[in-house]
Amino acid sequence: MTRHPRFEIRIAGFGGQGVVTIGKILGTAFSIHGGRNSVNTQSYGPESRGGACRSEVVVSDGEINYPYVRKADVLVALSQLALDTYVDDLKDGGILVIDPQAIKSVPAPERFRLYPVPTLAIAHETGDVKYQNTVVLGALYAFIADLIRESDLLETLRESVPPATVDGNLAAFEKGKNFVRSTFVLEK
Amino acid sequence: MSRNPADHLLTPGVHYLQGAQACAEGAILAGCRVYAGYPITPATEIMEHAAHRLPQVGGRFIQMEDEISSASVLLGASWAGVKAMTATSSPGFSLMQEVISFAIMTETPLVIVDVQRPGPGQGYITTSQEDVMQARWGHHGEGSIIALSPASVQDMFDFTVEAFNLAERWRTPVLLMAEETVAHMRERLVVPPLADIRIVNRITPQDLGIAPESYLPYGHAQVPPMAIWGQGYAINHVSLVHHADGNVTRYSPKVHFENVARIHHKIEDNVDEIARLDARWLEGCRHLLICYGSVARTGIEAALEAREQRNIPLGFIRLKTLWPFPESQLRARVPDLDTVFVPEMNLGMMKHPITEALRDRCRRVVSIPSLGGLHSPELILSRIYEELA
Repeated sequence: MTRHPRFEIRIAGFGGQGVVTIGKILGTAFSIHGGRNSVNTQSYGPESRGGACRSEVVVSDGEINYPYVRKADVLVALSQLALDTYVDDLKDGGILVIDPQAIKSVPAPERFRLYPVPTLAIAHETGDVKYQNTVVLGALYAFIADLIRESDLLETLRESVPPATVDGNLAAFEKGKNFVRSTFVLEK
Repeated sequence: MSRNPADHLLTPGVHYLQGAQACAEGAILAGCRVYAGYPITPATEIMEHAAHRLPQVGGRFIQMEDEISSASVLLGASWAGVKAMTATSSPGFSLMQEVISFAIMTETPLVIVDVQRPGPGQGYITTSQEDVMQARWGHHGEGSIIALSPASVQDMFDFTVEAFNLAERWRTPVLLMAEETVAHMRERLVVPPLADIRIVNRITPQDLGIAPESYLPYGHAQVPPMAIWGQGYAINHVSLVHHADGNVTRYSPKVHFENVARIHHKIEDNVDEIARLDARWLEGCRHLLICYGSVARTGIEAALEAREQRNIPLGFIRLKTLWPFPESQLRARVPDLDTVFVPEMNLGMMKHPITEALRDRCRRVVSIPSLGGLHSPELILSRIYEELA
């Protein structure tokens, strides 16, 4: 038995932002439609809104033993508290996606590949702030496109949201993805 | 989650579920058709999934007023011939101990899931292994018990099926000692073709050709055949010390001892058949890491790293069954050892039967505690490196 390479994604914010749902959709997309091994976990405080909230996905082509992030490859931080709490677990050179509306200070930004994505503002543009997490999902996809098929993610998204919101969610996903692709030059 | 539209059972193949959901689905495929429960973090998802699914498969769900009544429903359902389950967390587990004691004495098959959280008291809502001693000793009185320790979503499915099989085979309550970690994580679940899932049902007096006139409710075998209410067999369903025919009025110390000793030995004498453990890298190992439940996930990661990066001759054992404790299996499999490491999400509980089992087979047992959160590989490794330096 050997250890297999793992790719580790963590999304963190406060309760009510839809953080947990992003992790669930990612994990399902990787494992059901993508046929890969993944573990999706989450932690949250006892409050139903506010508080700290994180969701993570560990992906591997082999067995996943330790189920949580050890050193994240990608961190998405949607609140200052989330960033402050989890930035030390992001690997040097890792992808750090922040919402600049919520995050005013980034410790040692030169350590990471920093991408400010105004997910809340983009969600406002779609007409409903509840789509913020889907904007995040679209943006996230732009960074991990070589790990997962877009069709797998979109199919999972369709299956995971209320039928009346499918079109709105797909539009939000596109906006998030396109913002990243048109704003940043992504290294391979 | 895809279901067969004909019978609403899970379709064989790959699913992506929370451990909580996998547990409820395992129960359904094992034949559980009664769930009575009460919500408590972090077990509520099991109840919610059961509430949604049991009516779909022709079963019954009821939310009761508390944990005591929830567990009590399982007694009645089981005697009516139906497999029954409930899930709770640590404070609720305390409330169910009287019913567990009753079920042990009346030899009633049932399954209770404890999704452990820290204590004492309300403690916290995260993960823990603080009830593992309570699983064995929490019910008043004598009488042994079976307790399993799942470490993955697949285990939450497989071990729940096994829990029902063990309950039926040995006529006993069986405890699934889960933790918040494994109940809330999402992973792939592979459901085999339904015909490949082994299901065990209690042996009834009819199965053995025993007529009602000759039936002894607590006799005939170390595990007595169990009659089902309404089928013409008379059973004195009472948890007082009893004769094989159910009589509770002609007390004697001899009858008392025979009754309770049989219930104890029914489980303890069959530990080699009941208890399971997994072992790796035992040949030539000097030290041993013993884990159970979700800590085993961290433990394997740590053991791989210690062996690969520092060449430490570290063996690994995962206890899949906590009780009855597999002492003789453990002793039979391990070489003489220097240090045995036991990481637990408590301050050191299973380390006690482990120490007793390996008392003359190792130099020392070292506990690695963590409260409220799963051990990181770093936590286990730093302690191993420190102790072996």
